[in-house]
Amino acid sequence: MRRLLAIAWKELVQLRRDRMTFGMMVGIPVIQLLVFGYAINTDVRHMPMVVYDQDHSAESRDLVERLVITGFYDVVGYVHNYEDIAREMRAGHTHVAVVIPPRFGEALRAGMSARAQLVVDGSDPQTVASATNTALSLGAAYALEVASERLEKTGRGMTPAALSIEPTTWYNPELKTAIFVVPGLVGVILTMTMLMFTAMAIVRERERGTLEQLIVSPVGRVELVIGKIVPYIIIGYVQMTLILTIGRKVFHVPLQGSLPLLYALASAFIAANLALGLFVSTIAKTQQQAMQMSFFWMLPNILLSGFAFPYEGMPLPAQWISQVLPLTHFLRIVRGITLKGAVFAEVEGEFLRLLLILFVTVVLASVRFRKKLG
Amino acid sequence: MSAPSAAPVIVAEHLSRRFGDLWAVRDVSLTVQRGEIFGVLGPNGAGKSTTIRMLCGILDPTGGKGSVVGFDIARQSEQIKKNIGYMTQRFSLYEDMTVEENMRFYASIYGMSGRARKERIETVLSEIGLIDRRKQIAGTLSGGWKQRVALASSTIHNPPLLFLDEPTAGVDPVSRRHFWDQIHRIADLGTTVLVTTHYMDEAERCHRLAFIFRGTLLATGTPTEVVAARGLRVSELETERTIEAGELLRKAPGVEEVNHFGHIMRVATRSVDDPERLLRGMLDAANIGVHRFQVGRPNVEDAFVSMVREDDAVRAGKQEAA
Repeated sequence: MRRLLAIAWKELVQLRRDRMTFGMMVGIPVIQLLVFGYAINTDVRHMPMVVYDQDHSAESRDLVERLVITGFYDVVGYVHNYEDIAREMRAGHTHVAVVIPPRFGEALRAGMSARAQLVVDGSDPQTVASATNTALSLGAAYALEVASERLEKTGRGMTPAALSIEPTTWYNPELKTAIFVVPGLVGVILTMTMLMFTAMAIVRERERGTLEQLIVSPVGRVELVIGKIVPYIIIGYVQMTLILTIGRKVFHVPLQGSLPLLYALASAFIAANLALGLFVSTIAKTQQQAMQMSFFWMLPNILLSGFAFPYEGMPLPAQWISQVLPLTHFLRIVRGITLKGAVFAEVEGEFLRLLLILFVTVVLASVRFRKKLG
Repeated sequence: MSAPSAAPVIVAEHLSRRFGDLWAVRDVSLTVQRGEIFGVLGPNGAGKSTTIRMLCGILDPTGGKGSVVGFDIARQSEQIKKNIGYMTQRFSLYEDMTVEENMRFYASIYGMSGRARKERIETVLSEIGLIDRRKQIAGTLSGGWKQRVALASSTIHNPPLLFLDEPTAGVDPVSRRHFWDQIHRIADLGTTVLVTTHYMDEAERCHRLAFIFRGTLLATGTPTEVVAARGLRVSELETERTIEAGELLRKAPGVEEVNHFGHIMRVATRSVDDPERLLRGMLDAANIGVHRFQVGRPNVEDAFVSMVREDDAVRAGKQEAA
């Protein structure tokens, strides 16, 4: 125990001297948090839109105005043919165009069906989704309104649709990206820190020849490994707290569930990544290699875990891969607890899978580690 | 300390270690007594470090057995580790920690704490004269100082046995002297020291030596014994046309080695009854004048080079035969 503490103490002394690493440990979470929280926004608002109004009626102007009022579209110009629309889109000036055909207003006034067209730039699918959804619901509401107006005025005409589906969004009613992203960031940052810094901390000792010095000392392998990773576990929890606190203060990310539960379940996730870090340290010969391997591991984690893209949208093989990533399961746990107030029984399945991954990584790491040090 | 003083501190019997097809160490047997400074000599890659690693218990021998400070190297490596100090050719202090922090760390992992640790650090710091540099970051020390701090750190727990693996590689001559003075001080206090080196002047400062070449032990004994056993005689000549004279003498039977030191040519011979007559005769025949001739003293380096030559010749012969 004394030797273990000596190693942990030494690690902290070195960490304090290594301004760069220390800065990264605090800087990475804060910068990522602000970047992901502010810049990455899939709920697209204020999309630049051009208008191709062939009708020039009160009704057509009314439609454009209603679109603008939603806050999703900003009119950036009026055009007079489809070629103009294409040109504006190619130049990147606009992503959406609304085309109102001749006699649009006339048809509406006559109580006949009127059509308007929404042209969307499909090169960015996420923009398409936002743009069309809003316009469609607006169109439906507008139609309903016109119909009821006519009903009121004339006492006859189309009856409003008998069936309507009213979507209600739970847990993140305003569909703010930050609220979805910030809890996930806890997982991403922990993956990065735990993996990279532990791998580097051990490779550094080997690189500088101090590992050999420790091997011939009475320090046992277990003492060495635990002594080296304990400081990083503490740092991991500090980072987690930092992200959750900033997330709450700046982005108003709620915490519906139990914080102690979250911290307790995070331990399995942290441990799995530490074990992976140890595994990397047995392969990497230099700190640089350790860093590259860590980034190699980060990529599938960010892309396939459901952090950046929805899990449900992935093809089956990608889903299998994502099942192996600890981040996939931790994301469900952390989102479940913070956003939906999940209790242990509800995330137990994910936690068990995390434990399974942990078990496998620990076995792998210790087998490799023993061989390498022997 | 833990071993009775009469028993040898290190006993190795037929130690061997193979890496794949390569025998890094082959059939090495040696005994080191308490309080000795025992030098292991050999060129890079001869198997010195592998031998040390087996003796420390961190590398299992492929064959043979050994005991260190009374413990078996294959089965009791944990006890061995507690009773030895170890310092490698690569300076192994933490360069981003201060002198004192390094010592504190090493003292702690050897189980020292509290006042005992503090007092010991004070003693060691004053011994090597670093009291006023205790707060200096180890990485900013000069090479010689680094080695001395490393040595102090690896002996901070007063081990009965100290392994030094090429401790002075790349250190300037003055620092090497200081370092060796420090080694002798440690040995005088009863610590046994096993040191590897390829500096021949350092070899002469050891109590006893072992020559290792290509994993095989070529000779053991005190420096005087090792040199005497080789039966070399050294002649020192001052001649005309020194380069030509050197070329000529190298071909002579019984001449092991010819070296030029400024104006003086140093010739080592083996199994030659009268070296002066042989050398003078050859030079006279080639019409090269000899200004001066004197008998020199063979040293460890002469003996070592001669043994390596012979080993090479034997191997070459075997290969041709095969």
